[in-house]
Amino acid sequence: MSGSLGRAAAALLRWGRGGGLWSPGVRTAGSGAGGGSGSGSTEHLDALVKKDKVVVFLKGTPEQPQCGFSNAVVQILRLHGVRDYAAYNVLDDPDLRQGIKDYSNWPTIPQVYLNGEFVGGCDILLQMHQNGDLVEELKKLGVRSALLGEDKDQDSK
Amino acid sequence: MLRGQLVRQLVSMAGRVCLFRSSAGSGPVGPVEAAIRAKLEQALSPEVLELRNESGGHAVPRGSETHFRVAVVSSRFEGLSPLQRHRLVHAALAEELAGPVHALAIQARTPAQWKENPQLDTSPPCLGGSKKTRETP
Repeated sequence: MSGSLGRAAAALLRWGRGGGLWSPGVRTAGSGAGGGSGSGSTEHLDALVKKDKVVVFLKGTPEQPQCGFSNAVVQILRLHGVRDYAAYNVLDDPDLRQGIKDYSNWPTIPQVYLNGEFVGGCDILLQMHQNGDLVEELKKLGVRSALLGEDKDQDSK
Repeated sequence: MLRGQLVRQLVSMAGRVCLFRSSAGSGPVGPVEAAIRAKLEQALSPEVLELRNESGGHAVPRGSETHFRVAVVSSRFEGLSPLQRHRLVHAALAEELAGPVHALAIQARTPAQWKENPQLDTSPPCLGGSKKTRETP
């Protein structure tokens, strides 16, 4: 178990607003631009979640999350050094907001997709972060978690 | 078995008429909270069911029942992924989630997992949502 790793993270996640620490790389996709009435359609969402390795649907943006749970997702990704991900703000687009809930069959926001596959919301991402699964899942995507530090062969488990 | 179910139903009915205080101790249990409890008990026969109305921390009127956190400890979760566990909880509360409940934080544990860390976590603070918060500085 990665107790210390989890604990450090938990401490960091002690829900500080942690504002302003966003770094470039994240594409905050203005979904409104993405195609009018179709932004909540299955085809559109299918393309959206597969277009990038890491895709998140948030309330607010990574720079300025509008909800504590969305902020937690942003902070977890930041902790792992994941910068290259697509973030969609559902508050900008009611069609997207409802559409992604239907598409994922998941009633709440945030939602996280890895490699086109639905992972879950804030609770599950946090759990994966604490038990080391997130490091493994990122590895499968070819993303090396920043939490692994310098030691190349360090096993997260 | 049938009797157990009956008892459980009675208990949840009691919850509905506010014999219990809410987990936060901040007043009587509202109808949504009571319904959540009753439905989870019915669907998952939890060994432990801790429920907290966290609406107070959000930009909603006093006494609202919009934001909840729940810990469900059930042997039904044995062998299921976190995603599957959460989906079971969502299914039991489909009506609430389609209606009054905006946020539901879920800790879905097996009895053994709960023993390792038997506590209901704390949710992150509200950051305002689509409305402006009135209470957060």
